[in-house]
Amino acid sequence: MSGTFVGMPAFPRAAREAVGNTTLRGNLRHATHTIRDKRARAVAELEDWAALREAGKQIKDHTLRHLDRYLVQVEDAVTAAGGTVHWAADADEANEIVARLVEATGESEVVKVKSMATQEIALNEALEARGIHAYETDLAELIVQLGKDRPSHILVPAIHRNRGEIRDIFRSEMSEWGRPAPEGLTDTPAELAEAARLHLREKFLRAKVGISGANFVVAETGTLVVVESEGNGRMCLTLPETLISVVGIEKIVPRWQDLEVFLQTLPRSSTAERMNPYTSMWTGTTDEDGPRAFHLVLLDNGRTDTLADEVGRQALRCIRCSACLNVCPVYERAGGHAYGSVYPGPIGAILSPQLRGTGSEIDASLPYASSLCGACYEVCPVAIDIPEVLVHLRERVVQGGPAVRGGNRVVLKPAKGHAAERAAMRAAQWAFTHPGALRTGQRLASRTRRLHPRTLPGPGRAWSGSRDLPAVPAEPFRDWWQRTRGGKGGAK
Amino acid sequence: MSSRERILGRVRRALADVPDDAGPYEEAVARDYLREHGRRSVPETVDLLAENLADYRALVHRCADGQLSELLARLLSAHGSRTVVVPPGLPAQWLTAVEASVVQDLASSTAPELDEVDSVVTACAVAVAETGTIVLDGSPDQGRRRITLVPDHHICVVRVPGQVVSSVPEALERLDPVRPLTWISGPSATSDIELDRVEGVHGPRTLEVVLLGDS
Repeated sequence: MSGTFVGMPAFPRAAREAVGNTTLRGNLRHATHTIRDKRARAVAELEDWAALREAGKQIKDHTLRHLDRYLVQVEDAVTAAGGTVHWAADADEANEIVARLVEATGESEVVKVKSMATQEIALNEALEARGIHAYETDLAELIVQLGKDRPSHILVPAIHRNRGEIRDIFRSEMSEWGRPAPEGLTDTPAELAEAARLHLREKFLRAKVGISGANFVVAETGTLVVVESEGNGRMCLTLPETLISVVGIEKIVPRWQDLEVFLQTLPRSSTAERMNPYTSMWTGTTDEDGPRAFHLVLLDNGRTDTLADEVGRQALRCIRCSACLNVCPVYERAGGHAYGSVYPGPIGAILSPQLRGTGSEIDASLPYASSLCGACYEVCPVAIDIPEVLVHLRERVVQGGPAVRGGNRVVLKPAKGHAAERAAMRAAQWAFTHPGALRTGQRLASRTRRLHPRTLPGPGRAWSGSRDLPAVPAEPFRDWWQRTRGGKGGAK
Repeated sequence: MSSRERILGRVRRALADVPDDAGPYEEAVARDYLREHGRRSVPETVDLLAENLADYRALVHRCADGQLSELLARLLSAHGSRTVVVPPGLPAQWLTAVEASVVQDLASSTAPELDEVDSVVTACAVAVAETGTIVLDGSPDQGRRRITLVPDHHICVVRVPGQVVSSVPEALERLDPVRPLTWISGPSATSDIELDRVEGVHGPRTLEVVLLGDS
């Protein structure tokens, strides 16, 4: 399967390729602009949006500050309701737990609800290696799986595909996996949805094991919540005999009442609906209704490392709505694949380098995949200050310093490739702490201004390739100030 | 060391900067958002429910108490349904006029058997006007979750105004989290093709809601 992000090139290189793909840019522009306007209308319907956003932020912050307590509460409540709780420190451990649980049922296939957590740990690939076939049942995930592709959006993983491409994938690939696409399939969305319905029906009806994530876990009751549109979630959550849910430890909310905030902000932020078509809530198991066995796998996989960063931990508030992707000018042009992670866009640019560390080329480049325009922060329903975290992570990449990796305190080395930036900053620091040298330098710059090149030489060339260098004034500010006493009496 | 202890230990170390008295839950969240949006009379709330249900392509019908059975019979025959599954606690008088053969939902019946059934009729637990949502909680007049999922045609009866609330916060107050809950807002849909909404994927492609009451 080509659906891997391992060994991805740094963001600028991947983005350059994507930007040259006019079909991709057209698809992304069309989709993101459609949803952008709709979201704005759905949000404008609620006059208390700002208060809901603040409450969502506070609930998540409070939970994270007491996460140890709430994790134990979740474990107790789910166990009391008839479920079994497993703890997975990393992706390998989570995959091992799930594979063993599936093997214990004697089954060799599972149906899956779209889940970011299982994408993150590459569960499908791990199960395949053990001879277990995992069928994605969300329409967009199905398109990605059939097309041997990678997801490029949190909510709509096949956003980079237009209807014509989807039809072609269905026509050529569905027969490999099960029921083939209907004869004469056209590219109207309704027909494509119908083809997916028919293709997956037989898989739902015979499935014995379902795998999901969860949008929320309520600590006081042990209730899990899955928010969806198509009904594939309901199929996977209620028809199989065994249900396994892999859930990041940051998905907890303390109380039942807290859902009243997120069930208002999530649908409007993600699909721009007052409410999504289906939301399922379950607490453990129920006699003669739904799965007889329920397993909850609590996943760390870098989340506690993220929690240890006082600035970066706010990324754990994310409820995966994808509003930040849809408004981002960089995402709109570069597409999701360039981010080299299942979490693309602005939230991916702060989440991936924290969950995975900044060691790889792609992760060290992600904090720079932004113009810092701040549109992502504006639309975020839990008020994650993404630009603040981006700048914080840039600092970490360039300067290195203390961080937590795999639960251990480490001191990161400054990244390679930022030598010029570091030298420039060191020079600036020296100049600003030596006023005499600064004055001499500024006067020299002013007097020689006609001789300045329009682009920077050496390592600065790339930077000035697409920017104008700031013009040096005829006279340094401090000289002007002294000469005119700050422009008093109209002096110039 | 177990992974449980490892993760809990990591969480505690990660939070070393947070003071122990970081504040109880009650003080942590300012709930100054609204309990409901706008002021409406009871009939206006029911009207809003009907409007929002229809906006997401549910078919809405109004019906007085004495006429429900005739209406259900008419809706089922208009849909061409020969079989209809019902939960065990559905009031028997709702079905007296129904001509389609009634299938009882048994614990032993399988999903493929259910897939052969044309329609399902249920009651509901609560309906939310602002979002056009009906919520099922698995009570005897609503049944197992799968019966409202596998058949392609769902008729849901909402007793108005008693079962109607304005908002999501009011709905949650009425619901019991221990029960398996399904929130339904229109027929199944997807936005996965070019982020445009298309109705009709895996859940029932036709959702009809009957607002039952002498209003």
